Amino acid sequence: MSRLKEELESGAFVFTGEIGPPKGTNLDPVIHEAEASLKNRVAAVNVTDIQTAVMRASSLVGCIRLKEAGIEPVLQMVCRDRNRLALQSDLLSASILGIENVLAITGDHILMGDHRQAMPVYDLDAVGLLKAMSLLESGTDMGVDMKGNANKLDGVPAFFKGCVVTPCAEAVEPQVIKLAKKVEAGAQFCQTQAVYDPKAFEAFMKLVQREGIEIPILLGIVMLKNAGMAKYMNNFVPGVQVPKSLSKRLKACDKKDRAKVSAQICGELIRETKDMCQGAHLMTLGWDRHVPAILEAAGF
Amino acid sequence: MLVTEPKPLDEVLQATEGDGTLFLLGCGGCPVGAETGGEGKLAALKASFEEKGKRVSGVMLVDFLCNKALVGSRFQAPGRAEQVKRAERVVVVSCGVGVQAAAAMVKKPVAPALNTISVNATQGLWPSSERCSLCGDCLLAYTGGICPINTCSKSLVNGTCGGTNDGKCEVSPEKDCGWYLIYKRLEDLGRLEDLRRLNEPRDHAKMDIPDAMRHGIYWALEAARKEES
Repeated sequence: MSRLKEELESGAFVFTGEIGPPKGTNLDPVIHEAEASLKNRVAAVNVTDIQTAVMRASSLVGCIRLKEAGIEPVLQMVCRDRNRLALQSDLLSASILGIENVLAITGDHILMGDHRQAMPVYDLDAVGLLKAMSLLESGTDMGVDMKGNANKLDGVPAFFKGCVVTPCAEAVEPQVIKLAKKVEAGAQFCQTQAVYDPKAFEAFMKLVQREGIEIPILLGIVMLKNAGMAKYMNNFVPGVQVPKSLSKRLKACDKKDRAKVSAQICGELIRETKDMCQGAHLMTLGWDRHVPAILEAAGF
Repeated sequence: MLVTEPKPLDEVLQATEGDGTLFLLGCGGCPVGAETGGEGKLAALKASFEEKGKRVSGVMLVDFLCNKALVGSRFQAPGRAEQVKRAERVVVVSCGVGVQAAAAMVKKPVAPALNTISVNATQGLWPSSERCSLCGDCLLAYTGGICPINTCSKSLVNGTCGGTNDGKCEVSPEKDCGWYLIYKRLEDLGRLEDLRRLNEPRDHAKMDIPDAMRHGIYWALEAARKEES
């Protein structure tokens, strides 16, 4: 049974963290940082999957090492790089290695990354991947045998299936409809894209409730490193809006205080939204050592 | 219409290195619509080759190179066969279909002067703003008549994705988000329920149908054409 699932079912407000594997074989530093800053502080830690189409070591290897370190992993799986054969194969591999939490993501386009000549796959999208997981859990796969009959698995996996959503997209209605589709396809929990505006999140959650979506939702928190980062996110990251007031606070403080102010901002966002959702997903982007400060600022 | 782009001259020169005499064959169809072929372009290409010290034994514009029989018959015209004989290679100003058709009708090495590019789809016989990606699994009934395979950068069958940005695609602020267009069209038609449909992953086998699945009369006719040629 997934420890993340257990914690969410207990009704407690759940925190999750995130790490990114290296572009290379030097995985130790990021695992050590997770042990130092995230272990026993968050319920689970996501490992990103070739995030932003920048080639890196796999999410799977990151998850294995986290598990060895006694940390509950969440395997992020994007649809951009692997076809349905490879995706199902990797899902079986994850299950064999004792990894249950899987976050299904369509994936940033190839052109956003550093291998712009690569072939985009997208054989499945997030909805298709969730369905594939559900199918594997039922004892079969997406293919058929030579006679056209459903295949039978030799050993059946079990997953705790997650998905993502962008609560602060300009057009919220299609986001909510898409989330409903993901739930229908098997999604059991959701971690959102970054939220900086509690009012916008509230409006989103109202639509979610009206839609009858009941899966636990963990609000996405991305730590702002400076005002420049906030500006970049506003201009270039779809569905993320950083209010001017937050940029101002980051600009106004001394460089040495920035991390503290940033953690403070994260803590405030969590305080203002914790009654609307079931947890928070902390994307600290290498600033994992500040997670304790965020939790404290959030009142946990 | 197939869309083409001129190859950089360097590439064409590299392919024709060592060929002293060339014959230029042009297609009067799609390349004219794509502004990469036709009389004027053929004349310009001839001039480029001659500037580089090559001889051009002849220049011939055929309505549609994809009609092999037509190409074959035009090659038999008085004087033409002799022009081709003098050349060491035929340079073809057409899409990839035309280059292959020419190669099948003349016993000479060929070189393409154009690249046939994918704009992720093809327009109709005429340049048009609507495109078809030849997916073999048409789902236009569920998307308000807007094709997600070519309007969505990721060709998703269940969109939008997280990269939708105020109606534009994460790939470029100038590119419309295909699924946002679909959402607005469905909203306009009063058919938002179509957006809730869980569309199945594409059957990619339909893009290149194996022989066992070629049941329509079209395939029987193609087999007949193959035998005759």
